[in-house]
Amino acid sequence: MNKKKSILESNVLYTIIAIIAGFLIGAVFLIIAGISPTVAYGKLISSVFSKPKYLIWTLTYASPLIFTGLSVAFSFRTGVFNIGAEGQFVVGALTACVLGILVDLPVWLHVPLCVIAAAAAGCVWSLAVGVLKVKRGIHEVLSFIMFNWIAFYLSNYVVNLPAIHKDGGEATKDVLESSRILFPEGIRNLLGCSAANWGIVMAVLAAVLIWIVIEKTTLGYKLKAVGFNSSSALYAGINADGSVLTALGISGALAGLGGAVQILGMSGRLSQFAGQEGFGFEGITVALIGSSSPIGCIFSGLFYGAMKYGGSKLSIIKAPAEVVDIIMGCVILFIAVSQVFRILFRSIGKKKEGN
Amino acid sequence: MGKVSHMDEGTIVIRMKDIVKKFGDFTANDHINLTVHKGEVHAILGENGAGKSTMMNVLCGLYKPTSGQIFINEKEVQFSSPKDAIDIGIGMVHQHFMLIQPFTVTENIILGMEPVKGLVVDKETARKKVLELSERYNMKVDPDAKVEDISVGMQQRVEILKVLYRGADTLILDEPTASLTPQEIEGLMEIIENLTADGKSVILITHKLKEITASSDNCTIIRQGKYIRTVKVDEVNENDLAAMMVGRDVNFKVEKKEMTPGELVLEVKNIHARDYRGVEILKGLNLNVRRGEIVGLAGVDGNGQTELVEILTGLRKAEAGEVTLLGKDVYNKSPKKTFESGISSIPADRQKHGLILEFSNEDNLILQHFEEEPFSSKGILNRRAIREHATDLIEKFDVRPRGSEGAPAGTLSGGNQQKVIIAREVTNDKELLIAVNPTRGLDVGAIEFVHKYLVEQRNKNRAVLLVSFELDEIMSLSDRIEVIFDGQITGSVPGKNADEKELGFMMAGGKKHE
Repeated sequence: MNKKKSILESNVLYTIIAIIAGFLIGAVFLIIAGISPTVAYGKLISSVFSKPKYLIWTLTYASPLIFTGLSVAFSFRTGVFNIGAEGQFVVGALTACVLGILVDLPVWLHVPLCVIAAAAAGCVWSLAVGVLKVKRGIHEVLSFIMFNWIAFYLSNYVVNLPAIHKDGGEATKDVLESSRILFPEGIRNLLGCSAANWGIVMAVLAAVLIWIVIEKTTLGYKLKAVGFNSSSALYAGINADGSVLTALGISGALAGLGGAVQILGMSGRLSQFAGQEGFGFEGITVALIGSSSPIGCIFSGLFYGAMKYGGSKLSIIKAPAEVVDIIMGCVILFIAVSQVFRILFRSIGKKKEGN
Repeated sequence: MGKVSHMDEGTIVIRMKDIVKKFGDFTANDHINLTVHKGEVHAILGENGAGKSTMMNVLCGLYKPTSGQIFINEKEVQFSSPKDAIDIGIGMVHQHFMLIQPFTVTENIILGMEPVKGLVVDKETARKKVLELSERYNMKVDPDAKVEDISVGMQQRVEILKVLYRGADTLILDEPTASLTPQEIEGLMEIIENLTADGKSVILITHKLKEITASSDNCTIIRQGKYIRTVKVDEVNENDLAAMMVGRDVNFKVEKKEMTPGELVLEVKNIHARDYRGVEILKGLNLNVRRGEIVGLAGVDGNGQTELVEILTGLRKAEAGEVTLLGKDVYNKSPKKTFESGISSIPADRQKHGLILEFSNEDNLILQHFEEEPFSSKGILNRRAIREHATDLIEKFDVRPRGSEGAPAGTLSGGNQQKVIIAREVTNDKELLIAVNPTRGLDVGAIEFVHKYLVEQRNKNRAVLLVSFELDEIMSLSDRIEVIFDGQITGSVPGKNADEKELGFMMAGGKKHE
């Protein structure tokens, strides 16, 4: 038990080192761009922490990221690579949006309908890839990337359909109030955040649920067994194909939920996009920073959410918001080479002992 | 076969002195000494993980020793890479061949040291050189054959020629007989003699005591990284060697009480199947196993054993035939179905099929039962029951280290990984236990253990099918031996007093002498 704990702690330690290193590299780029890192980072920090309402905004930014992070982390843990969370997020968002506009129901039916339908859409989008993998042996990464683009163009097409498009705009009409998951208006006013919503609560619950599935259930045991070694799993009588499909289905549903939370919580409508929005790809970052642990994804999702929200305000000091992407990219790079840190520290530790 | 020594005691070619090799806090070699003379066959004996490979990797330049000296021809040397060792005349033939399958024998031998004419490889000269070498040591190879088409024995000769082509004076052979037939082993022994007659020295790493007494002049024993002693092979017997290696007396004889085979458990009729290339590999095979008997399936790798076991365990579909277990149809069923019908198995490849290395030992021990009480109920795992089950089996089956319930299976040594699998499968206690090469790569202590449990299963009136490439193992355990050759059973002999020569002959496709 003690050992397990220390491994966990060291994972956290190296993640923190990677984050610091990412900021240092980001500082270099800021200096090249002629901006003082202290000013930029000061702004980044103050835009997240200086007022309570900023923290609430950070939470709303983080919720969809926690969902896509969970989606990718779950796929990592079960031996598949869901690089298609992007597409699943988009079809989830699209489904929630269309149902939110076209169906008129009381709140207690409308919200569950939109949320469940979005999860189902993400699930189906992912399962289609799973079926291609299981039946035809097509590597999931290839199909996922293609499905991401199909989802992207499908979304842009549907957004422009007359029934849901808002005249004279680039987006759909707003979804009906009955489908939204916002906090009651009084609370939102009190918090000072017009988009404060139940998404963060849903995300944390989902993370806990996924943690239980992975660690405590026979389902998790089975999916991990197939993910780690499908030959042994098959030998032991576990249905490997079925497990791969289950894993991809759950992973897709999580990304789809992320899409629903974004539409029903934060934005209230779906826009036409010129390029992929990136929530799914950011989910990969969240999963990696969170060491593919569901609970870790809550924290890494919050971190990424803070960076996104804080980064959006960098333009005030005329610093490029892209510096956030540079930092996050470097963090991932450093997490990948954290093994090097480990070896380095171990040998330094040795030398000290030797002396 | 008589042993002829060509050792020149006056000329020392290799001397390793007080070699220490540490990996972090772990000392793999603790003051190891080795002296090899010209023309000597020197055996290195030790259990799994005793440090034999580390020692040889130091000698062939792969590892730098932490301390200690190496002298070649009485001159101290320091290797900075394997190339230095090769240049000075030390060549290693690894246990797992490192040949390029689609290349010809000649191409494999000259690889990296090709004779050139202008800008192209001078194939004619190369071919001639290869032929010359092979004739000199009487090693039959076809220089133009592709490696994928030649036998395991010939592949090994190619590996030896590769080393000789690079000018080796000392050859290190790592477990060279692991996958050879008895005839091929005899051939290898002759080659070793030819080499030493020509003044080459051979270092032989092996678990097999019989080969040491049959071929070696001296034997160095190491145990847990420490040098124990070097003995003249003529002055000791196999039991002495085993005791020195393990550090206690070893019982080689498998104790088996007399039993009369009972009811028919497994019946395989006229099975046909193709391998992954679509070539017919099982050609109407018939086999049965009764209660209370161990049936040994003897044969050279590649004659259909793997496919047969895969069919019996549900991993592969046969094209035609019948398989029944106690009269129940188990032909072409899923792995889950065959297991539930009463077939459990110790797979040949413990890391690929037997274990999930990333899983803890306790999780590996419930691989077929995680959905059953008490290990789970209503889809939730019962961690306490799983832990208790593991603690129990780890104690009972002597899995080391103790207290490793929660450690990943990949952290155990090979022998202990095998114990985990055996604990699981024997505890399953099914009607039929199939064991495929259950002691491959294990040391004598662990082998003794595995054999004990197979016999125990038989004594409990279960049926046991033992598939092994180790003829010794088949002969000492089986009540009946079936020989498989080219996808069919070509002979059947009682296990008691079976003749090794005759079995070897049948394994190579010969018919039984009457």
